[in-house]
Amino acid sequence: MIRFEHVTAGYDGKIIFRDLNVQFEDGRRIALMGPSGMGKTTLLRLIAGLLAPIEGKISGIGGENKVSFLFQEDRLLPWETAKRNVALVSDDQTAEKLLALMEIENPNQYPREMSGGMQRRVAIARALAFGGDLLLMDEPFKGLDEELRARVAKVIRENTKSIIMTTHDEREADLMGAKIIRIDGWID
Amino acid sequence: MNKSGHKSKNMWRGPVVGLVWLLLWTLAASVMGKPLLLPGPLDTLTALKGLAVQASFWQSVGLSVFRVMTGYACAVALGVCLAFLCHFVNLADDFLSPMRTVIRTTPVTSFIILVLLWLSDDVTPAFISFLMVLPIIWTNVQEGLSHTDRQLLEMTKIYRFGAFKTLVHLYIPSVLPHFASACANGLGFAWKSGIAAEVIAKPMLSIGKNLQDAKVYLETPSLFAWTLVVILLSLLLEKLLKYALRRINAGKGGKAA
Repeated sequence: MIRFEHVTAGYDGKIIFRDLNVQFEDGRRIALMGPSGMGKTTLLRLIAGLLAPIEGKISGIGGENKVSFLFQEDRLLPWETAKRNVALVSDDQTAEKLLALMEIENPNQYPREMSGGMQRRVAIARALAFGGDLLLMDEPFKGLDEELRARVAKVIRENTKSIIMTTHDEREADLMGAKIIRIDGWID
Repeated sequence: MNKSGHKSKNMWRGPVVGLVWLLLWTLAASVMGKPLLLPGPLDTLTALKGLAVQASFWQSVGLSVFRVMTGYACAVALGVCLAFLCHFVNLADDFLSPMRTVIRTTPVTSFIILVLLWLSDDVTPAFISFLMVLPIIWTNVQEGLSHTDRQLLEMTKIYRFGAFKTLVHLYIPSVLPHFASACANGLGFAWKSGIAAEVIAKPMLSIGKNLQDAKVYLETPSLFAWTLVVILLSLLLEKLLKYALRRINAGKGGKAA
């Protein structure tokens, strides 16, 4: 379980939210929905350990707890092939298996040789390959058409237990079987 | 014009431009009419031919290349190390970067004269090449490191790459274009400063000493011939370097240098 106790967070001198108290149980799928600027991505970054809270305490993260993070951007290494990008966080066999599930026909292509949708799927494969106990996803289906989203969502569901994702689309939350938490402002 | 037309047009441009400059040189030399001041291309080539049959010519060329390239190689190695050190250790950057500024801004002749007080004639050119190239490599590589994509750095943290993997798969490929550019620029500096140091230090069997002697004995065609040798060697080494860097880039997914 991840617990936020009286957490205040922000960056570059700007406070995003104050005194947040929330907990995320293991094995749950949560979709955070709300307008931009509400701090959904900040929340994910705090859980991932990429940002430290200004005040308060976050427990259940770090140490042996592995977290996979599918960023809003694909963040693939441009000088490595799709297969190498995934294998670097796992092994060749896992990379090949997951890239096949993501319907990447030629895993030896470089990111610049791939469409946006393909790059996204490689990034998803990498997040799954890392085998984190928790999968954080920031707008995961960006660049994927409806049909593909459904197939990709199925693969993600079958390969992960705990998910916290952000989205602007209820249908994406439904695809992931996630409970929607709407954030219009950070109110307990 | 179609692509192949463009290509064939470009192919001829170099030789035509070269020919024009040769003709201008010949014209200037014949208008001046004083080979002692301005020998023409034919006098220069004749002088070069006369030099090339001597064993000492090839020994001088070989040893000058060795001196300059030794200094260059040491500068590349140390420059990269200092760049990494100064990027990751702020205190090292604060302490060492004034030294880099001093090296970069001090006139090369001041260094040559100073260094001659401490080192032998033979070693001075190599050390001067080293000194002139070091800040170029150091600055460019450090700048490359500071421009490493922050988003990719975060990705390596999330996926627990570790220091070695991050170095090999992120930092080195990121820095490669800056490194390649620095190496290319540095080579020209190494040559110019190394040969200048040889002119002043006059080590035995060196291009610089031969340049100086040609000047002293008013053998202007030989002076031009040796200068031509320096230019040709510089172009050759530049081509070899570009080839080596292209091979390294090809091995790294063809990211442009």
